[in-house]
Amino acid sequence: MAVTPGPLDAAAVAAAVAGSHDGAVATFLGLVRDRNAGRRVLWLDYEAYAPLAVKAFEHIAAEAAVKWPDACVGIHHRTGRVEIGEASVAIAATSPHRAEAFAACRYAIERVKQIAPIWKHEHFEGGDVWIEGATADPADEQARALAFERACT
Amino acid sequence: MHVTIRLFARLREIAGASELRRTLPDGGTARDAWDALVAEFPAMEAHTGSISVAVNEEYAKFTKVLGEGDEVAFLPPVSGGSGIGTSDRELE
Repeated sequence: MAVTPGPLDAAAVAAAVAGSHDGAVATFLGLVRDRNAGRRVLWLDYEAYAPLAVKAFEHIAAEAAVKWPDACVGIHHRTGRVEIGEASVAIAATSPHRAEAFAACRYAIERVKQIAPIWKHEHFEGGDVWIEGATADPADEQARALAFERACT
Repeated sequence: MHVTIRLFARLREIAGASELRRTLPDGGTARDAWDALVAEFPAMEAHTGSISVAVNEEYAKFTKVLGEGDEVAFLPPVSGGSGIGTSDRELE
């Protein structure tokens, strides 16, 4: 688990969680897009409460391990200025079989967006805006169920 | 008692600082710390219904009683990952 100002490497995240019993690794990279809500995006600034974010990532991995006992999840997130096309988040999920790896990886990104204490400041042509999503509550069962549903459909 | 208040994103901008040290009455809760902050920075008021709180780097309830030296963080709605806002909005 990591919160870092440096570039992300999905292969490094995967290598950190993979074991000899694993037959599948699913990786997800979230990239900064050049358009959002009709605006031309120039770059994003990510701000994090780093120690709590790392704990949130560990919490998410523990949740995934309950649902998919053979899966192992690693999460790295960028902070600071991230340019168009660069990755802001890298997730790897490993498992003996592909179905669990894909599901755990999808579950992890859904949960990151729900409970990781990280904020995105969008700089676009003509201004800037804080993007606000979910009120973070790790104990919210409804949010957790939604993430699980998305992971399995 | 003395507490350290950590602020992020929009809240940090309102206060003009990411970290504040304040004195609260003994037995005060996270809610009391927030109320004191709103009294000091009225623009915080609008965020009362949407924030989360963490005490000593763990998510907590607003009813959590604080102790000397605790670190209380107030967290606006989060937007990590990629894409916009919540995953709900992403599907719209």
